[in-house]
Amino acid sequence: MSGSDARVEVPAPLGLLAELTHRCPLACPYCSNPLTLDDRADELDTTTWARVFREAAAMGVLQVHLSGGEPASRRDLVELVAAARDAGLYTNLITSAIGLDATRLVRLKEAGLDHVQLSLQDVEAESADHIAGYPGAHARKLAFAQSVRELGLALTVNTVIHRANIDRVAALVEMAASLSAGRVEIAHAQYYGWALRNRQALMPSREQVARAMAEMENIRPRYEGRLVIDLVVPDYYARRPKACMGGWGRRSLNVTPSGRVLPCHAAESIAGLEFWSVRDQPLAEIWRSSPAFQAFRGTEWMREPCRSCEMREIDYGGCRCQAMAIAGDAAATDPACELSPQHALMQMLAEQDASAASAAYAYRGRVARERPIAIPAR
Amino acid sequence: MAELPERPKLAPGVRLHFDTTRQAWVLLGPERVIETEGPASDILRRCDGSRTVCEIIDELAVLYTADRAEIAVDVNDMLAELATKRMVV
Repeated sequence: MSGSDARVEVPAPLGLLAELTHRCPLACPYCSNPLTLDDRADELDTTTWARVFREAAAMGVLQVHLSGGEPASRRDLVELVAAARDAGLYTNLITSAIGLDATRLVRLKEAGLDHVQLSLQDVEAESADHIAGYPGAHARKLAFAQSVRELGLALTVNTVIHRANIDRVAALVEMAASLSAGRVEIAHAQYYGWALRNRQALMPSREQVARAMAEMENIRPRYEGRLVIDLVVPDYYARRPKACMGGWGRRSLNVTPSGRVLPCHAAESIAGLEFWSVRDQPLAEIWRSSPAFQAFRGTEWMREPCRSCEMREIDYGGCRCQAMAIAGDAAATDPACELSPQHALMQMLAEQDASAASAAYAYRGRVARERPIAIPAR
Repeated sequence: MAELPERPKLAPGVRLHFDTTRQAWVLLGPERVIETEGPASDILRRCDGSRTVCEIIDELAVLYTADRAEIAVDVNDMLAELATKRMVV
């Protein structure tokens, strides 16, 4: 392991989420990017990213997830993949497929790309395009999946689950299988940033969630050995929180388009945290010593009921961003935990939002417009 | 458990990598890092789509000068588990 400080032993991280850009042709209402997006002019250049990849590999990172926004919006994407592979990293491209044609995909494969993760919004084109805020997106995604298959690249299909598509989880898994994906990620929306803003339009009912979860367990054996099914569980109706990020500052780190280093992609929603930048400091030093990483690493920061809880090194108190969003205090127990004083409040908020009459999406990048965009009628 | 392939190979998007930080061979796949122990990396290195499971067992028995039947159990168990996880096809 890489080292330690006075308070907490600092393990070596395994994964780096590289948000290459916040630019994206899609405008999904649950986007994981922050409400305030980094400008293109502030994005790290190719050379700096290459240095970040080398520093990450040297400190123990094994896998880099090239994400965004839409990473294909970067003209230097092929060079970035090559740089990550040169550094010895496993390269995973997380893409919407928009702006990534078959020619560039060939070049990405030649540069050493290990794996492609493609987002689908739904199984039905009309609904999928409405969710993405981009007419025609779904058809292009299916064509892209075909190109990935023809090139023999490994494919994961991922879908964020919410009220508009939750009744079709089984169909989504089957669609992933039919696209020859080796893995599918069914990720229930996590309500920070854009998803929090759109919670009223996205939150499914308790019954929908229970039905979808039961359905997943039913179909799972059917795909064994053929398709790996990973589930990001919904937690608004849960009794215990999930071990967010496998523990703060324990397994992975996130670099934003402009170079700030975060313990998780939503960490900027926590007011008062001090983030350091790869422009100013070596990555290893940021991981070890920056105030944002120190803030919630280990268990010393915990209060009751987490502090004496036997689950404290299993769920690490749940999600700091959710504690911030619901309890207004990032050091509180995640309200998804039934031991949290805000647990009942969180369930009430979910039920309230789930029963709200149809609400329009606030699309990222387009919310200031009077009429969002020309979206197909549902 | 998934059926064992006749001539196993690492699935697309899966590769064996020596992790210098942790001084161990690891199997890297989509959102997966599997640390290997003991003979696992010697088995995985031979999963190249050309050798049969029997041939892999033969080679391991020679390499480790061990009882073939015991090696066979280890190899079969490991490959079956990795096939279920779709790391080996």
